[in-house]
Amino acid sequence: MMSNLQSVLSSGRMAVTAEIGPPKSADAETVRKLARHLKGSADAFNLTDNQTAMVRLSSIASGVVCLQEGVEPIVQMTCRDRNRIAMQSDALGASALGIRNILCLSGDHQCFGNQKEAKNVYDVDSIGQLMLLRKMRDEGQVWGGDKLEKAPELFLGAAANPFADPFEHRVVRLAKKLAAGADFIQTQSIYDVDRFERWMSQVRARGLHEKVHIIAGVMPLKSHKVALYMKNKVSGMIVPDHIIDRMKNAADPKEEGIRMCVEQIKHLQSIEGVHGIHVMAVAWEEKVPVIVKEAGLLPRPVV
Amino acid sequence: MIIAEQKPIPRIVEMLEGHKSMLVVGCRSCVAICLAGGEKEVSILSEALRIESDLKGNGWQVDEVTLERACEKEWVGEMREKVSGHDAIISLACGVGAQVMQELYPDVRVLPGLDTSNMGAPEEQGIYLEKCGGCGDCVLHLTGGICPIARCSKSLLNGPCGGSQNGKCEIDPDVPCGWDQIYHSLERIGRLDLMEVPIPPKDWRRSRSGGPRKIVRKEAVLTPEEKSARGAR
Repeated sequence: MMSNLQSVLSSGRMAVTAEIGPPKSADAETVRKLARHLKGSADAFNLTDNQTAMVRLSSIASGVVCLQEGVEPIVQMTCRDRNRIAMQSDALGASALGIRNILCLSGDHQCFGNQKEAKNVYDVDSIGQLMLLRKMRDEGQVWGGDKLEKAPELFLGAAANPFADPFEHRVVRLAKKLAAGADFIQTQSIYDVDRFERWMSQVRARGLHEKVHIIAGVMPLKSHKVALYMKNKVSGMIVPDHIIDRMKNAADPKEEGIRMCVEQIKHLQSIEGVHGIHVMAVAWEEKVPVIVKEAGLLPRPVV
Repeated sequence: MIIAEQKPIPRIVEMLEGHKSMLVVGCRSCVAICLAGGEKEVSILSEALRIESDLKGNGWQVDEVTLERACEKEWVGEMREKVSGHDAIISLACGVGAQVMQELYPDVRVLPGLDTSNMGAPEEQGIYLEKCGGCGDCVLHLTGGICPIARCSKSLLNGPCGGSQNGKCEIDPDVPCGWDQIYHSLERIGRLDLMEVPIPPKDWRRSRSGGPRKIVRKEAVLTPEEKSARGAR
């Protein structure tokens, strides 16, 4: 069965995805409650995979909890923690449990998390990972050629970061991800809209927007301190000063953050080649429904 | 060359518990160049251990020797007389040298005085950078002469990842992004087209993942007859 995300994207409608951060515990109820609260506000929900290298409830397990609640998961899978054996096995497992969307990621380096002494894996990178999973899906073979009696049913995603460097290479890396098997792309949080637009014009110049669904990422800000932190401490993020100032001068920063996010979503939708919006309300997931509603993207289509 | 650094003296002293007579062995090759285990470092460590012994009344006998190359049996074999009578060798050679010493002197305990780090090169005096990942399947022709295995924090074959900004790696603003360097090197060579080609998953069998590696140069291997002739000589 085709994933809901795939159906919405192929119908030509603006897709909405949102992020759910699994808890630092064995408590499935946290995910279950969020899934219930968020149901209907997006077409599919990303379950992050030990983001920033912090040990958390696994993304596949969290994805299964979402399925139990009738919410479609996008399971994130990093190359940091698994070699190609674990990666292919997890993809088979995810598919067997009804998970259809997998987002292939290199993953944050382990130095950011709570297991700094860990050995990372990086047997393959995100492009290699796409190659492995596409081969399983399209050719019914594991890497190396052994046949699968049943191929996994997968809709494959990858990330793109137009704010990382070298800027000129960012569209090339996107093209490589397409060539490797990406069906959809979710971008890093966009604050520097000008740079995003420049990237999108490069994407269109190569005709890539017609070959892959680009879902533009947004992250509502809670305070100007969060904005400053992302600007100064998170590598690969650009937060322009006018955004920091706007947050600083706001009477109610949280409200302002939501308002700004809604404005961004409205604008991003108008850019040719943007096929969806990805809302990353980190540790603020409960705000997703209101953001999506204010942006005029509710109700979500039933396809 | 192999880059190593000396263990802190208290760690070396801890390892020496129970020993009375030790030979500090250095190497004039790589570890001398990176100022970790050459003649000078051997004599400084030996002196420090003698002072430690005097202060604590350990009664240690500390002798010293520096080999031409501690990774070759021929050179390591030459210190046989020096080793005799010692119950420990403190190796200031790299991990390879320390193992060759243990192999040649199986009755003596070899203790590592260095932490062997990587295959690299001096960047400037006193600064040494890792350069080669020793993966057994070199891709430098595709990556502008810069090793992605050793110089990308994630050993990506298709970088740079989304954490590369202003030429720096996400792990630390002082660490250059290996793939940013690759990009600019290919740009200078006029081969940015190579950045467009996806590099598929690597065959790691020729790396450490394939088990301990052994290279045989058949034409150089001696026949049993040649070996016995050499032994007789």
